[in-house]
This record gives sequence, structure tokens and C-alpha cells, in this order.
Amino acid sequence: MRDRTGKPMPIAIKMPALSPTMEQGTLAKWLVKAGDMVAAGDILAEIETDKATMEFEAVDEGTVLTLDVPAGTAGVAVGTVIATISGEDEGTAPSPPVDVPSVPVAIEPPQALAAPEPPIAKPLLATKENRVIASPLAKRLASDKGVDLSALKGSGPNGRIVKADVEAAQGGSAPAAKPAEAVPVAVPVAAPAPAAAAPVQAEVKMATETRALLDARVPHTVSRLSQMRKTIARRLSQSMQEAPHIYLSVDVQLDKLLKLRGELNEVLAKSGVKLSVNDMLVKALGKALVEVPECNVTFAGNEMIKYSRADVSVAVSIPGGLITPIVQDASGRSLAEIATAIADLATRAKEGKLTTEEYVGGTASISNMGMMGIKHFTAVINPPQSTILAIGAGEKRPWVMPDGSLGVATVMTATGSFDHRAVDGADGARLMAAFKALVEAPLGLVA
Amino acid sequence: MSDTYDLIVLGSGPGGYVAAIRASQLGLKTAIIERENLGGICLNWGCIPTKALLRSAEVFHQMKHASAYGLSADNVAADLNAIVQRSRGVASQLNKGVTGLMKKNKVDVHMGTGTFLSATKLQVTDGEGKTKDLSAKHVIVAVGARARELPKKTGKADGKRIWTYRHAMTPTELPAKLLVVGSGAIGVEFASFYNDLGSDVTVVEMVERIVPAEDKDVSAFLEKALKKQGIKIQTSARIETIEANDTGVKVGIKDKDGAIAETEFSHVIVAVGIVPNIENIGLEDIAIEPDQRFHIKTDGFGRTNVPGVWAIGDCTDGPWLAHKASHEGVIAAEAIAQELGNATVHPHPLDRRNIPGCTYCHPQIASVGLTEAKAVEAGYEVKVGQFPFIGNGKAIALGEAEGFVKTVFDAKTGELLGAHMIGAEVTEMIQGYVVGKTLETTEVELMQTVFPHPTISETMHEATLAAYGRAIHI
Repeated sequence: MRDRTGKPMPIAIKMPALSPTMEQGTLAKWLVKAGDMVAAGDILAEIETDKATMEFEAVDEGTVLTLDVPAGTAGVAVGTVIATISGEDEGTAPSPPVDVPSVPVAIEPPQALAAPEPPIAKPLLATKENRVIASPLAKRLASDKGVDLSALKGSGPNGRIVKADVEAAQGGSAPAAKPAEAVPVAVPVAAPAPAAAAPVQAEVKMATETRALLDARVPHTVSRLSQMRKTIARRLSQSMQEAPHIYLSVDVQLDKLLKLRGELNEVLAKSGVKLSVNDMLVKALGKALVEVPECNVTFAGNEMIKYSRADVSVAVSIPGGLITPIVQDASGRSLAEIATAIADLATRAKEGKLTTEEYVGGTASISNMGMMGIKHFTAVINPPQSTILAIGAGEKRPWVMPDGSLGVATVMTATGSFDHRAVDGADGARLMAAFKALVEAPLGLVA
Repeated sequence: MSDTYDLIVLGSGPGGYVAAIRASQLGLKTAIIERENLGGICLNWGCIPTKALLRSAEVFHQMKHASAYGLSADNVAADLNAIVQRSRGVASQLNKGVTGLMKKNKVDVHMGTGTFLSATKLQVTDGEGKTKDLSAKHVIVAVGARARELPKKTGKADGKRIWTYRHAMTPTELPAKLLVVGSGAIGVEFASFYNDLGSDVTVVEMVERIVPAEDKDVSAFLEKALKKQGIKIQTSARIETIEANDTGVKVGIKDKDGAIAETEFSHVIVAVGIVPNIENIGLEDIAIEPDQRFHIKTDGFGRTNVPGVWAIGDCTDGPWLAHKASHEGVIAAEAIAQELGNATVHPHPLDRRNIPGCTYCHPQIASVGLTEAKAVEAGYEVKVGQFPFIGNGKAIALGEAEGFVKTVFDAKTGELLGAHMIGAEVTEMIQGYVVGKTLETTEVELMQTVFPHPTISETMHEATLAAYGRAIHI
């Protein structure tokens, strides 16, 4: 991600691409002003795209020299210099130009591109006191004006945050209302974009309300949410609130697949490739989606989008959250290719080195918790997809054999979650049957 | 003899003695200088003795109206002498109380008149002319104020026919025909008192409404109520001529159209404001700056322009109320302790918007914060609620259904900007709103507060609900 300029200082901060389709955006609000010290991870600005308002985090530390694009400016092209920071000889971190996405419909990134490193939880307050003590009026004003109370120092009795503190903070953090003296390019008097403020306000409101319910007697710490955590929270809530989920479970016998895996791995050992069960399940899901295209869809209000290729997003746990790198064309690619791709994606995901197009998109997802011993679970659909497969642990179970006798087989439970607005139960059932058939007769995966 | 203190407080009124106690609590070696009575005007000649007088008037009023409660009382009469005696007794009791408090808190009391020799040195001259010098690291000036007089040579308050509050508090005879000049708190309280006792009372006010510091709805309501009780009220009127003789006072009152009418009154009470007692105590010698109205200029903690010299109470900017002086005394004492190295105190500057005002006429008035007009003037978009006592069960049961509560909220933030109450017991209820304002509550917390039933305080809840169109009993 880092694009070393080689120049010592200052560092040019460029308009980031916050989604693969983003070519321009609105610089909704500056959260710093000239002269401010910023550290890596500090929020510099709020940037509005056609999809969402996102916070833009600093990657370098230094002092803000200039804000080159006024708050409220719409149509700022990706890559435009929006500010300069005097930093160490670190180079800048503009987002590279992003290609036209290789998936038909772009999915909002689970993580802001500007901060590719796995976010580290920052301690919120320097003091031990985690409860925000503020007057009701101060809380109301903070909520209305989008001021984060936890960031304020109260001037009231025992540090209580009072009206005057919120008003003072608002004056300080709203450069639009109070032009900073040291800014050579005048920060214009622009009305703060209400759309930009809304999500922040909602977060602040929820934080304030939650803290009000907090039992301060219980030892605890409070840390700021990373952009990734915020994105996960928003998208999962959106999914559960908007998409009526149905869950369809099947038990799948794995013995033949395990046997085939062993044989294939013997062959592939020479080329250094090792297939995992998961790699094979990704391929099985890809093929099943092609067989039952009714489940490879996106519900879009008054439209339905049907995909003619299966790109499977694979949930990968990484420090501080999870990310879903994409196996493109999981149906069409060989198992060896899939295994190589997943190994590479997972490694780079854990290092925070995925590029946007590698994790933004996908037409359906798979989440495997088998290695953690989970027998059965249901997963939350990854919008705007309509299908996610939750894979449980493969384990020896009593099993009724085809001849009716009772034997022992290696069996796993797979549960599909489907957006019932887009996928009918019968279609979901057909997908599960196709998946089960492919796993239990796995030669189809190599055919 | 020269004693050195951390703090000397000049004046022992409700500002001074409270400052001294707080300073002593904080470990400061403290002395207080008083030229007359411990407790100052408030306790000896102001708040407290007038409340004693007004209580007598109230009981008398109730006795005369006993039949309204199904009771009969014959030959009800007021003994002016006994009423005054009771009032003096109450003042004396409290004066002794302050003496005890000074002793308990180890505050040295120096009786005499204090004058500044320098910013850190005061000379105390006692009644016999003996002097002693006291030194201190800090001095709080809490010398209070006195009644302002009419700017007419012939209208000097000599205590015979023309009175200030002080004379009005110890009458030897009931005025037959009384003129009260000025309709602030002191004016209307004495008007109420003497009217209840049977005097023929006229109130003259220079501006267009009585109790001009209050919300105009309160002024209008009070004017109506006082007139109903028989008090004559003339607003937008000025005293043009005033001349006392042995039998009465001839007063020429100019009405708003400029016509002057001369009337003879038996007595006149002058209640046209106060003048700070800042003369002859050496303040000029240490270059203390007064403001244009001759009040000592201070910051929010009581600091004057002279380091080490502080000022609180009626000798500083208003409101000129005992509780404001006491609060300033605490703030100043804490700020001084802080300057002397005490890290445990964190005084906050005085917030004038949260100082309530109470007037004990009948019906009573209590208010805090901005009036509706002042709020609008200040640029607020307001939500205003009003609830009448006639909608309150307890008020009706008490036979006190005359009054209302008015609330003024900031429409944008829900901040309680002001509350204005008139009617029975409102002076005891206003603190509810004051606590709310001090805690910066919004309408939500006030609405969520459970008010006890049956109480008149429910009108406070209703007035809050009314501002948001949610009043229940109206």
C-alpha cells in the first residue's frame, strides 16, 4: 500500500479511494486543522462517497501544515492532494489507483482502505475513569452536534462535562465554523454536511447512552473502535435488520472427500501445494452456486441481480476482526489454484496487505469454524450477497450406511443462511443438496 | 497590637460570615470585622426580620378570612408593637447564632469599623475610638449596601414620616395612608405587609410595570392581585416633589402623560434600590476600582483589581441578594485557599443565571434565569409553558388557587432557561428548578422527575410538560 515518494517532508495526503468504484468523493468534514499534531490512526477527515461516509485515518504522524481542500467540497478526485503533513521521512500513504472491480457489484469494503494495518485498540482515556460524567444538557448538545464527550475535559465539579465544555469543543473541532489562523488556503465557511455528521452522531449517541447504563463498579477498559470493527458492526447489523434470514442445515458425509484429498495431496506434494478440506468446500460451494444460480444473487430493492460466476468470499479471522478475501470463479478454477489462492490471501490478510479488489466483492460466502470444534452454527449473510455457508467440524458419528446398516462415518453439518427476500426455501434446499452431493461424490470437484 | 491572618473579612453579613466560616473550614486563620451587628443587614434588618413581619401579616390575613375555611374568629386585631417585638426577637436569636458560629469555627471577631491602611493592613476603630491594626495575606470586602434615597433634599428619609426599609421594619404606629416608592422586592413586600395590617397603600413605580425584574406575566398577575387586595398602583410615574411636615408628607406624582397630582400621605417608604457602602473604608487609598454604579469590580471569583483584595455581596455587581453574597463568599474563600496552596478545592466562578430571586409579598414570587423576553432578546428560540394553580388540587385545598408557574426552555437544546412562579409557597419551591438548572438538566429529566402528590410543586412539573404541549391537568 505504501507509496514511498522518497522525499523527506512534507507529506502530501491524497484523497483516498474508499471503495473500488470510487473515483471521487466529498470531503465532508475536516477533523483536524492546520497546526494540529496527528498520530497514525488519528481521524483526519470524514469522506463521503456515494455509498457511505467514512473516516479517513492518518497513516503517518506529524503536524498538519495545510488543508488544501475545504470541507464540504464535492467531487474531489481520488489522488488529489487534500492536505500536507510535516512528517518523518516516511513517505505518504495515498491509496493507489483502483482498477475497475472484477466483480459485477462492488461491496463496500469491510475496512477503510486508508488504514490497511490491522487496527490496534487504542486506549480511550488516559485516566482510569471510564465513565463519562456529563450534565444532561451537555449530553444533549454533544449528541446534537456530534461532539464526542469522551474526548472532552470537563470543567464542572469533579471534571463533570458541562454545556460550556461542549460548546468550546464544538468551536474547536469545527473548522468550518471557525477558520484556523494558520491555514494558508482559507478553510471556507461551509455548512457542515448533515449526512456526514449523522453516522458519527449515532455512534456518539449510542456510546453516551451505553455508558449511562454501565455499571462502573465492574473493572473495565474502554477502547476506541477501529474502522474495521465499525464496518463489521454496521454491516452485520444491516444484514440482520434488513435481510430476513432462513437457515437450512444438512449433514454431509466427508469420508470420500477426505480420501480424495489424501490422494490429491500425494500428487500435488511435488508442486508444493497442499489442499485443505476448506479449499475443497470452497470449490464445492462455487460449483453448487453455478448449478443453482437462484442462490447466487443480490436483492436490490426493486431489482434482482443474478451472477453468472461464483466468487466465494472466505471469512478469515485476523487480529482485531475478520476479513473476507475472494476466491474468484471458484467453480471454474482447479482445486490446486484455489488452494494456492486461499493460502496467499489468508497470509496477506493477516499481514494487512490485501488490496481492495481482493476483499471487496464476492457473490456468496463461506465461514468454516470446524477447526475450532464447532459442530453447528448459523452465519450472518454478508450483504449484498444472499448466501453464506456455515461449516461445522467434521467428526466421526454413527451413520446409517447406504445398505441400511449402522456404521461410523466422518460427518459435518453445513448450514446455509439465505436472504429470504431473494432466495426461496426450495432454492436454498436445492443449493444445500447440490453442495452435499458434490462433497459426498467429490470426483465432481476435479472433473 | 497587630495580628496577622491568612484572611480578614470586612463585614459580617451573609456574604462575610459565610466566607469566614468556609475559610476557617479550609484551615485559614481568619478574622472578621463588623461595625454593627454580626449577620449584617440580612439577618438584623433585612431578609429575616421582614419575613417575621410578613408571617404576622399572613396569619392576620388568614384569621380575617377564617370563615373561608369554616372557622370563625371574632375581634381579630393586630398589635403592631407585639408584631415588631417578635420580629426583633427573631433577628436577635439569629444574631446570637452567628456569634456562636464564629466561635465554633474559631473566627476572630473584631467589633469596630475597619479601614484599609494598605492592601494587607486594616485599622479597626471600636465604638470608643480605640484602634488596632490587623494584617492579612488576603482581605475580602463584604461591606454590603444601604438603601438609596430619593434625590430630593426635601425627601430625606429621617424615620419620622419618610422611611427606608429600616424604619419600616420598626414602626411605632401603623401608617394610615402609605406611599411606597419603588416596586422591587422590598417595595412590594412592605406594601403587602402594611396593606394586610390595614394601611391604605399606594405603590409608585417609575417603569411601566411593577416588579420590573420579573417576567412580565408575573408583573401583570401581581399587579392584578395587589389591586384586588386594595393596593393602589401607579406605574410609569415619578416623584416630582416630596415634602414632609409634622402630620404627613405631600407628594407630587407625575404620571406617564406628564400631569402632576399632589397627594398627602401619612408616611412614605423609599425603596428605590441600594447604594454600596464603599466610602470611608480606605478603598480609594488602595486604588480599588468601582464600576459606573459605584460597585466594586470583581472577576467571577471575587478578585478586585488589587491583588489580595477581594469583594463579594452587595458592594459588588448584582443581583443584590443574600444567597448570592453567601455563594460568592464560599467561592472567594476557596479561591484564596487555592492561592495559599490548598490543592483540594476547585472553586467555580459564579453563574448569575442560576441565582434565584424570591419576593415575599402576597402572593409570593420566585424566579430563576431568563424571563421569556430576555431569552428571546438573547436570541433563543423558546418553548414556553405555563400552568395555573387553579389546575392544582393542593392549591385549591389550601385555598391558595391564585398563581401560576411559567417555564422557558431553549427549543433547540431543551435547556431550562428560566422559571417564573407566583403564588403560595413558590419561594420554597423554586430551588427545584435551581437544582435542575445548576445540574444543567433538560426538559427530559424534569418530565421524568416524579413530583409528589398532592403538592403545589406538581405545578412545576405541569409547567414543564406544558412547554411541550403535554400538560395533563389543563
